[in-house]
Amino acid sequence: MKPSLRTTITAGILLLSCLTGSVLLLRSIDRQRTGATLEEVLYISSPRLLKHLSLGYDGLLADIYWTRVVQYFGDKLDKGAEHYDLLGPLLEITTTLDPHLFVAYEYGSNFLAANGNQPQRAIELVEFGIRNNPNEWRLYYDLGFIYYLDLKDYPKAAEAFLRGSRVPDAHPFLKVLAAQMAERGGDIQTARMIWTTTYQTTKDRDIRGNAAAHLRALQVDEDVTLLEKLVSLYRDKNGHLPQTLSDLEAANLMRGTPVDPVGNPYQLMPNGHVEVREPDDLPFIEKGTPPGYIAPKPKFKPVD
Amino acid sequence: MNGRILHIASNTFREAVRDRVLYNLIAFALLMSGAAILVGQISIGIEHLVVVNLGLTAVSLFGVVIAIFIGIGLVSKEIDKRTLYTVLSRPVRRWEFIVGKFLGLAGTLVVNTFFMALGVFASLLYVSQRFHASDGWVLVALYFIILQFLIITALALLFSSFSSPLLSAVFAFALFVIGTFAEDLRGFAGITHGLTRWLATGAAYLVPNFSALNVISSVAHEQPVPGHLILSNTAYALVYAGMALCGAVLIFERRNLK
Repeated sequence: MKPSLRTTITAGILLLSCLTGSVLLLRSIDRQRTGATLEEVLYISSPRLLKHLSLGYDGLLADIYWTRVVQYFGDKLDKGAEHYDLLGPLLEITTTLDPHLFVAYEYGSNFLAANGNQPQRAIELVEFGIRNNPNEWRLYYDLGFIYYLDLKDYPKAAEAFLRGSRVPDAHPFLKVLAAQMAERGGDIQTARMIWTTTYQTTKDRDIRGNAAAHLRALQVDEDVTLLEKLVSLYRDKNGHLPQTLSDLEAANLMRGTPVDPVGNPYQLMPNGHVEVREPDDLPFIEKGTPPGYIAPKPKFKPVD
Repeated sequence: MNGRILHIASNTFREAVRDRVLYNLIAFALLMSGAAILVGQISIGIEHLVVVNLGLTAVSLFGVVIAIFIGIGLVSKEIDKRTLYTVLSRPVRRWEFIVGKFLGLAGTLVVNTFFMALGVFASLLYVSQRFHASDGWVLVALYFIILQFLIITALALLFSSFSSPLLSAVFAFALFVIGTFAEDLRGFAGITHGLTRWLATGAAYLVPNFSALNVISSVAHEQPVPGHLILSNTAYALVYAGMALCGAVLIFERRNLK
């Protein structure tokens, strides 16, 4: 064998071995450094300093930080974490680097309020977004949404929707929402209006799925309330509880067999309560669940 | 080790010294002494932090620039000056030439880093009046920086074995930047699907991982570096540099030098 061929073969084999070795070692290093990266990122915790250090490439850096937000959030969510301590600082850095990164306000506020249990920080984030993007009506909508859903502060929610309704090209529903919120903040019709607006105005599949699931849950809550009222009425008339929901039909209290939004018939329990057959298929429901039921992580339907 | 390789390595080192590469130490000394004196006067409580951050960053950047700009000329200069033909006409194999050149430049960078490290520790002593136990971690950070240099030198050699010096510099510098964001790249690969995932994962594992070798921030905050990370990083840097060197040898072995 020629010496040059021998060198080529040896170097080729060594190259492949080193490549395999480097991949395996890198995987081992990654396992050792889990979680270290983001903490290191936040050693420079001042967004303004970071903006100066980016030497004008702040847009790109904001995109990188937004990717880190998504990874951090996704990772924590997957692990079922209760605390999202780095979420706020990461979002603050992202939006300071690029104050017009709309997606960071929209999703970020949702992450903070719904999962991170930091509605106040979510409000600060959206208010910062509004100061930098005063003509984005969706930001006012997001703000009102946080006040409504997470803080149950209906006057503030109404104020946010009203501010949004004054923005040029704002969705006409904002005005209605503002009025509805001011008048009857906590009722089911207001909730339905909020989720319908969300469903109709978002282009994002996940947000749409979430809104559809909430609308179904509202339907269940309304149905169960009505059916249980009818059961009470039946008991008052007949002195005993109905055996099945068909008894209500036989007593001319309703027509047909009532079904939940996924098509399963409601079932009457011996204690007179009405329950859905598959509560796991109906996330966010507040009524119609068996006693002690713990809802799993919501799954949205692909058809939404 | 093979005597011919050592000969080429020592000549490469001597050549680098003759090229006044070590003059960068003067700039470094000025930077460190200036920072050490100034920071105490204009700030409160971060003197130690600034000296470690600035010192280690300067060591890293100076070394990376040297590794790239000397590394890319290691082969092409020998071809331009026609000294390569003299070397290869002797009983020196091409792979020995490549490995010798690599070791020579690596040696230059180690010596350079040693003097810069002295500068960093002198500045630390000046601002803190005494050394702390946690300053030992600065040595680990310096060691990781040397590991970075090994990878970059090997990459610069790889590119210079088939490309022009200018393009080699661009490639090597681009890989240095990409490697700094390697963990983001792997994170990105993790959230993609299908073909994109395969491509992104492949690219993420192929580029050098400099982020794990950068512990400057944590060392500046006096945080320890785990022993197993030191071992893994050492193995990784050696294996990666070995891979790049094998690539350089493969290309150079088949290159037509006529």
